[in-house]
Amino acid sequence: MTVREIMWTWFYKLASPPYVYGASAALAPWALGGAALAMGYGLIAGLAIAPPDYQQGEAVRMIYVHVPSAMLSLTVYTLMAAASAVALIWRIKVGHAVAAASAPIGASFTILALVTGSLWGRPMWGTYWAWDPRLTSELILLFLYVGVMSLRLAFEDPSRGDRAAALLAIVGVVNVPIVHFSVVWWNSLHQGATIVRLGAPKMPGSMLWPLLSMWLGFMLFFAAVLCIRLQGEVLNRERQSTWVREAVKS
Amino acid sequence: MNVGLLEAFALIVRRELCLSFRRPDQLLQPLVFFLIVTTLFPLGLNLQLSLLRDMSPGVLWVAALLSSLLSLDSLFKSDADDGTLEQLALCGQDLTVIVVAKTFAHWLVSGAALVLVSPVVGTALGIPTEAFLTMMLSLTLGTLTLSWLGAIGAGLTVGLKRGNVLLSLIVLPLAMPLLIFGAGATDRAISGTSSAGALYFLAALCVFTCTLAPFAATTALRITLE
Amino acid sequence: MNTAADGLSVEKVHVWRGDRHVLQGVSLELRPRQLLHISGPNGTGKTTLLRVVCGLLRPEQGRVSWHGQSISSVRTEYQAALAYASHEPALKGDLTALENLRFAVGLKRRVTAGELRASLERTGVGACADLPARVLSAGQRRRVALARILAMQATLWLLDEPFTNLDTAGTALTGELLHSHVQAGGAALVVAHHTLEVDVDVRRLELGP
Repeated sequence: MTVREIMWTWFYKLASPPYVYGASAALAPWALGGAALAMGYGLIAGLAIAPPDYQQGEAVRMIYVHVPSAMLSLTVYTLMAAASAVALIWRIKVGHAVAAASAPIGASFTILALVTGSLWGRPMWGTYWAWDPRLTSELILLFLYVGVMSLRLAFEDPSRGDRAAALLAIVGVVNVPIVHFSVVWWNSLHQGATIVRLGAPKMPGSMLWPLLSMWLGFMLFFAAVLCIRLQGEVLNRERQSTWVREAVKS
Repeated sequence: MNVGLLEAFALIVRRELCLSFRRPDQLLQPLVFFLIVTTLFPLGLNLQLSLLRDMSPGVLWVAALLSSLLSLDSLFKSDADDGTLEQLALCGQDLTVIVVAKTFAHWLVSGAALVLVSPVVGTALGIPTEAFLTMMLSLTLGTLTLSWLGAIGAGLTVGLKRGNVLLSLIVLPLAMPLLIFGAGATDRAISGTSSAGALYFLAALCVFTCTLAPFAATTALRITLE
Repeated sequence: MNTAADGLSVEKVHVWRGDRHVLQGVSLELRPRQLLHISGPNGTGKTTLLRVVCGLLRPEQGRVSWHGQSISSVRTEYQAALAYASHEPALKGDLTALENLRFAVGLKRRVTAGELRASLERTGVGACADLPARVLSAGQRRRVALARILAMQATLWLLDEPFTNLDTAGTALTGELLHSHVQAGGAALVVAHHTLEVDVDVRRLELGP
């Protein structure tokens, strides 16, 4: 076999449902453990040890949850779109399972970002909501997630639902930078001087390291939850096949 | 013997226009909805014309978005219901040509009609006549882009029960940049500053969408037709 | 000349609809001058099979070839060479019979109004040419759909329950048209509950549960 053929066979083996099921089952505990460590360090260092910001005071500590969840919400959407593209173009069904499994997790991160952003905003702006560009982009991202999830559920035939949702995810991912850019432009038009951006202040090391650690922790947590959900998704989708029946019997 | 691309395009546009004009009531309904929605705002807000002017770009654009959404449902639905969509898919022409022709014809009777009615609505909302050109230009670009986003949404949801609600859910978030730039352009035209920046962005969005959306919409239709 | 790669070939096609394994490794061959009659109880996938052959539905496994080439690679040419009649007559109610034909056939080949009227005459609904399709009876609509198939001058006819709503004259007419089409070198795939009495080389495929 040529190198190309070998690579494709390896790729198809990697993407075969029983392999993915086994790999997810094995990976999940490690990812969970890693997440606990990273988030543990991040939270302790960020909440207890790092200094308060001279401008924002203690409220800046929200950054340790808000920023990683916002970053994850975007990363997960991109992953969902990538998995959808793989599934649509190369007809690798596991891609649909990955997309279906990650959508609710991504949506949850988006909601978390919105909630923490709102809570952060209260001491900053005096209200629980302001049309800050990041929050507005997150809100639109949430709508995109809900659209993809609703579309998948609306079809009676699950494989058509998967493919329709996959197409929408890809269309959505193309729109995410456009949405973000347009919201920033829109916000610059109506610049209220009193609105402090929910952005990162200048970051000393004592803030940066916990933040990075939290981000890593969130990524690992996502990986763990994805693995757990993926097992369920794969089993459900492949429930007619023999390997599932064997696995369930044992 | 064989029918070329442009011929096929023209034939389908003619078919769509023929069908649309045989149901004039269905043509007018979205336009009337446009007028009604714009009336809702002054009624709900109880403002004088001069104060209304500040809100007019947003009101105009939201009304245009919502009424366009109403008519988008019919883009593929009637053909899917009576089986002619399959016939179109099997006619030996590229499905993309068919989708482009249908969407264009749909825009002609919905989006273009909206643009023509917009001066009336603009006057009702207190938009000064100097801003009309920008307003109509932004609406033209916006409705064209929206027709394409709607074609993708319609392709995905045709054949679903209560598909029109899901269609709105899918299309509106994608249309938010349109709203921002379109209302922004009109707003700047009213206040006298240059709306060129916003119009350029809108035009870029329009070109981007018109180039890529046909393929997405065709794929969506293929998924539905299976 | 009937070479091995001539005509339609379906190889071991599998289709699942949700949990149901609708088509389980179905294979068939159809050469020019042949008519394939597909029959079977309801729900055994006859319409699904027809849609796979059309190229509307892509099977999970298996392959459909036309003149030796997979239909997904020659999709446009293949679909230009076929004429599909679904279970519904598929007519736009607001257009006249003639307009329906013009907009359907006109996408496949350049055709004059005269030719279309002749097709409508041939299937016995010439008088309905300028009536909107929604005022026609079910049988008349079926005949208009038949006229559409005729006017397309396609090599491969794919007909799903073409005898529905037709009276005995209509059924006989359909049989005649199939006969002439196959004799002239065409091929036809007919899904029907009805027993098919056409004097040509008829193959049969029975789909079972």
